[in-house]
Amino acid sequence: MTTVVTDNCQRCRFTDCVAVCPVACFHGDDEMLYIDPETCVDCGACISKCPVEAIYEDPIPPDKQRWIEINAARAPNLPPVESKQAPYPGAEERKKSLGF
Amino acid sequence: MAGLGTQDNPLRIAIVGSGPAGFYAAEALLKVAPAVAVDMFERLASPFGLVRSGVAPDHPKLKEPIHVYQRIAASPGFRFFGNVTIGRDISVAELQGCYHAVIFTCGAQSDRTMDIPGEDLAGSHAATEFVGWYNGHPDYRDRVFDLSGSTAVIVGQGNVAVDVCRILAKTADELRGSDIAAHAFEVLAQSKIRDIVMIGRRGPAQAKFTHPELRELGSLADCDPVVNVRDLDLNAASRAELADKSNRAAQKSYEVLQQFAARPAPTHRRRCHIEFLKTPIELRGKGRLESVMLMHNRLTGEASHQVAEPTGETAELSCSILFRSIGYRGVAMPGVPFDAARGVIPNRDGRVTDGATTVPGLYVSGWIKRGPTGIIGTNREDSVLTVNSLLADLPQFDTAARPGAEGLQALFNARSVRLVSYADWQKIDAAEIRRGEAAGKSREKFTRLQDMLGVLASEEQASAACVAA
Ligand SMILES: Cc1cc2nc3c(=O)[nH]c(=O)nc-3n(C[C@H](O)[C@H](O)[C@H](O)COP(=O)(O)OP(=O)(O)OC[C@H]3O[C@@H](n4cnc5c(N)ncnc54)[C@H](O)[C@@H]3O)c2cc1C
Ligand code: SF4
Ligand code: SF4
Repeated sequence: MTTVVTDNCQRCRFTDCVAVCPVACFHGDDEMLYIDPETCVDCGACISKCPVEAIYEDPIPPDKQRWIEINAARAPNLPPVESKQAPYPGAEERKKSLGF
Repeated sequence: MAGLGTQDNPLRIAIVGSGPAGFYAAEALLKVAPAVAVDMFERLASPFGLVRSGVAPDHPKLKEPIHVYQRIAASPGFRFFGNVTIGRDISVAELQGCYHAVIFTCGAQSDRTMDIPGEDLAGSHAATEFVGWYNGHPDYRDRVFDLSGSTAVIVGQGNVAVDVCRILAKTADELRGSDIAAHAFEVLAQSKIRDIVMIGRRGPAQAKFTHPELRELGSLADCDPVVNVRDLDLNAASRAELADKSNRAAQKSYEVLQQFAARPAPTHRRRCHIEFLKTPIELRGKGRLESVMLMHNRLTGEASHQVAEPTGETAELSCSILFRSIGYRGVAMPGVPFDAARGVIPNRDGRVTDGATTVPGLYVSGWIKRGPTGIIGTNREDSVLTVNSLLADLPQFDTAARPGAEGLQALFNARSVRLVSYADWQKIDAAEIRRGEAAGKSREKFTRLQDMLGVLASEEQASAACVAA
């Protein structure tokens, strides 16, 4: 099982996902968040919280498969994001442009 | 007098209940200020609430939040007092006298009943009891579940109902190696159940289970999921519900049901039937359960507000055991307001309320605050909100220093309360893991308080012998 953050999260950072993660396995850089597959328990709590549907669980669609490797590679080298943060400026507009 | 929240006068908080809501509240408190002292009280000798006694034994990954709780428990400022029932061993008023504030995170300890004739027949059970029994909860250690008949009925279609179906459907080989309680494994390994029937009041678009849990029913070693394709016909309102973007999870469950319906005829020893639009109206049997009368329903009303309305058509289904899984319920805490209709402690943003007024110093989080909805992580967000309310109230707190659990010591002694500390629990934990190793299990739980205390007594004896030698 895998749960991954994908491209819709870029420059968004609503971080509603982080607040419900039971094991605090989100990590972030300036662009977006990533899930550490080593600690994630695949509980799915974060998925319905994400306002832009950036998080996928199994079965992960073919066009999102590459994010499995990206999450696994980046998350362990980035600082954890454990609590809700302010969204990026312009996040609301981006959300609209993504159709949400 | 040192100000509140300083080394000399730490903010002392009591947390009642050691499930996810309790631990996440402790985490949030210990994160904000260094001079916070958290004492957590738990009625059992073991911590972690439903993560230990609810989450299914064959889902070990979902129990991993326990590692997070172990780290929280190791934080300076945190203490655990197990085997203390608040409201019985120690009253809420006594607790309040020793702390600046009390947070109730005592979960939903009871369940909803169907309130139909025959519900008390032997063979009719609450899923709560069955779950507690296979998970080794001491309250349910001596329950008896007769699995010698061929048909089991589960009323309700949430994830707990799916857990019960799956545990009944799995073979002994599939259950072996999990941390299922040994007494339950022995009974389940001999089970004669062939047909498991999970019944929902409403339709496939309204079922509460989530698709990963549901999908698992399709990949068991010796059980086929059975869904009647006619049951998947949807009315216009249900189609609209599934088309709603915010309802994507229900759409995915519906797709899994379609896959189940499209399967070839069942070939395995067991079958798990998923049935919709039926409500039990009576349990029948001479002395013990023999059948359940089901009323057929149709859905009426607008999308997202559809209700099940009886059609008048009934059917009788033979069964020897039935589990109701129609919701957990909180129980009242003596001395604290209670909303009996909802089974929760009434509150505003986590502050306990009594009618229109707020009760100073009392807070609530988790299932006893929200009702029995949400998964483990939901309680993290919830407890952060409650702790934020508490911190916002700090200016109104009485700043006098409080003694914490030291102030309760005389009462513990007078009432012969045998406290279980976190260090004690770690010894019990280690003993459970050792016991499991022999059987190839991650742990073999102790299911009786006396056995847990026995571990502590024998360790004390051993160390006394060392000193003497
Ligand atoms: C059968 C079942 C399976 C589940 N499976 C999953 C799953 O797989 N994944 C998932 O994410 N979520 C699952 N959940 C949901 C999850 O367990 C809950 O969201 C969560 O446990 C609620 O946390 P809580 O702290 O409010 O209550 P609880 O976990 O119930 O903790 C309450 C604690 O308070 C103690 N207590 C009660 N009264 C007193 C008292 N008077 N004095 C002292 N202590 C007291 C209790 O003994 C208990 O330890 C499941 C729930 C159930 C019922
Ligand atoms: S809620 Fe969604 S978009 Fe926002 S940070 Fe989390 S994954 Fe990214
Ligand atoms: S699936 Fe659960 S554990 Fe994994 S990132 Fe989401 S909330 Fe955290």
